[in-house]
Amino acid sequence: MYDTTRPETAVSQQDTKISARNVQVYYGEKQAIKDVNVEILDKTVTAFIGPSGCGKSTFLRCINRMNDTIDIARIEGEIRLDGEDVYDRRVDPVQLRAKVGMVFQKPNPFPKSIYDNVAYGPRIHGLSRNKADLDGIVEKALRGAALWNEVKDRLHEPGTGLSGGQQQRLCIARAVATAPEVLLMDEPCSALDPIATSQVEELIDQLREQFSVVIVTHSMQQAARVSQKTAFFHLGNLVEYGDTDDIFTKPQDSRTEAYISGRIG
Amino acid sequence: MSLSWALLVSLGLACAGYLIGRRRAFAVAGPDVRRLHSRPTYHGFSVALTSFIAGLAVMFIATILRMTGTLDVYAGPIWGWIVLAAAILGLVWGATRIDSGYKARNAVERMVMGVLMLCSMIAILTTAAIVLSLIFETGHFFQLYDWKDFFFGTEWTPRFQGESELGILPLLWGTLYISFIALLVSVPIGLFAAIYMSEYASPKVRSFAKPLIELLAGIPTIVYGLFALMTVGPLLRDYFAQPMGLGNSGSSVLTAGLVMGIMLIPFVSSLSDDIINAVPQSLRDGALGLGSTPSETVRQVVLPAALPGVVGAVLLAASRAIGETMIVVLGAGAAAQMSVNPFEAMTTITVKIVSQLTGDSDFNSPEALVAFALGLTLFVITLALNIVALYIVRKYREQYE
Repeated sequence: MYDTTRPETAVSQQDTKISARNVQVYYGEKQAIKDVNVEILDKTVTAFIGPSGCGKSTFLRCINRMNDTIDIARIEGEIRLDGEDVYDRRVDPVQLRAKVGMVFQKPNPFPKSIYDNVAYGPRIHGLSRNKADLDGIVEKALRGAALWNEVKDRLHEPGTGLSGGQQQRLCIARAVATAPEVLLMDEPCSALDPIATSQVEELIDQLREQFSVVIVTHSMQQAARVSQKTAFFHLGNLVEYGDTDDIFTKPQDSRTEAYISGRIG
Repeated sequence: MSLSWALLVSLGLACAGYLIGRRRAFAVAGPDVRRLHSRPTYHGFSVALTSFIAGLAVMFIATILRMTGTLDVYAGPIWGWIVLAAAILGLVWGATRIDSGYKARNAVERMVMGVLMLCSMIAILTTAAIVLSLIFETGHFFQLYDWKDFFFGTEWTPRFQGESELGILPLLWGTLYISFIALLVSVPIGLFAAIYMSEYASPKVRSFAKPLIELLAGIPTIVYGLFALMTVGPLLRDYFAQPMGLGNSGSSVLTAGLVMGIMLIPFVSSLSDDIINAVPQSLRDGALGLGSTPSETVRQVVLPAALPGVVGAVLLAASRAIGETMIVVLGAGAAAQMSVNPFEAMTTITVKIVSQLTGDSDFNSPEALVAFALGLTLFVITLALNIVALYIVRKYREQYE
């Protein structure tokens, strides 16, 4: 029932980019993530699937420490990015987030021009030496997000004036312009129509050549279409993790099978 | 029966009308209430409102007649009885209309709308009346005093025996100077306090610091005035003005400006706080997710998004600063003069309005009537500020939403 015609890739040869060990997350008294262990590979798309409230977004937000902004959130265990624990005292969350970019559920362009939106990250991180440099980064990022041709004549108009799908691709361009090593995407297509969704999915497939992409999605079809690895979360547990094809064709756990066949969720 | 008694009694009649209407509706309905178009409660309200509005309408007509001088309605008790009669007639008429097909609910809906509309009319008409009275008196003033001398005169020396110099410029200068200092104090402090409260403070700090800041807003301005007179004024004179050789006046522009600035802090901060909180969390997440520090997020994303609202808040604060009187009287004195030295005593338009109207001068002299011209000028200035504020807010909103 799922599209499996997507080209097979040599998944197993990639290096580990992120490794999580015994991660627990509490919101106040409530435990949202229970003892999650996972290895996320470089230059691979990893999908997190599971029913609402299963903890997949929470776990995603642990990787770039976005949960730091929530006062009652408490995290235990370790998450290593290239072997370095991101929760180490010496790690500056600001620098971490420059390396681990994020795209959110709802398109959230800043109230600035299209150009300034994309140039935002390079500017604050000093990635360009001069205007021409910056122009180059912006163009490359917009081309990378398959948006350049649509916006090249109106780079100085507000980013909020674009359509929803364009806005989301602008947000992806904005994240890509910062030259991240990992891109986290929290249900990036949930606010988009089918055409915009397929554009973004195509884009995700291209981004995999540059870095590791982790995508949280509600749509199992989307996970099957874009990812090489899939992790199934249920009630805060990581139930099953493996090659996407295996998860969808021969799930090992009965809960995974129940979810992908539509019986829980 | 006096009108106020008539009003009270017709309120009682309305209550009775409600009960009567409800009971009649039940009676008409018989065993099956669903035969009625409207529920019995609405029939009750319909009768009550009909009766009360009838009474009020008669009273309103009576008042108009009195205002136009046609009739002295308060002369005899007869008008009270007429009002009452109208209320009773309304009650009876309302009660007789009740039958199963009568659309009482729609009638109540219309009457409620009418009452709401009347209330907003009152607010609008009052503003219009105030402006009109200002304009008439100002016209009167300009018949007695040349408008060029008023708007371009640099001397303010009213005399009881006439021959006064009534130039607005010294007062305008004082007003703008003091307001400017007040904004210089209140806008950065208020805005930064709001940023701290909404972006940095933990919920615990916020829960006790915010009410404390807003407590400042509850202090009557006369108390601020005392603070200016007793503490800030002497302090500025002894430690700044005298050592620097800039004068030895206890009351000064700087005193009034500083204290007025403190008064405006909660005003600016609570307005800005609301506006900053209205910036969607998703924008902050987006900026933080790209690796911005909290201060970069505030400066480059939150503030630009909140800018139109913040500008509006600043201009509203400016309107208040321009209209403030008590702090100026006690802090800056009443000497009308134009000087750039902030340690000199100066005064503002509002203070002079008070002093021109509280003296013993003849009400038809230019010395008294000038107050209305000053008031109208003030009104126009604050109106212009509000219009500019609205324009800015609207312009940016169109661009970003």
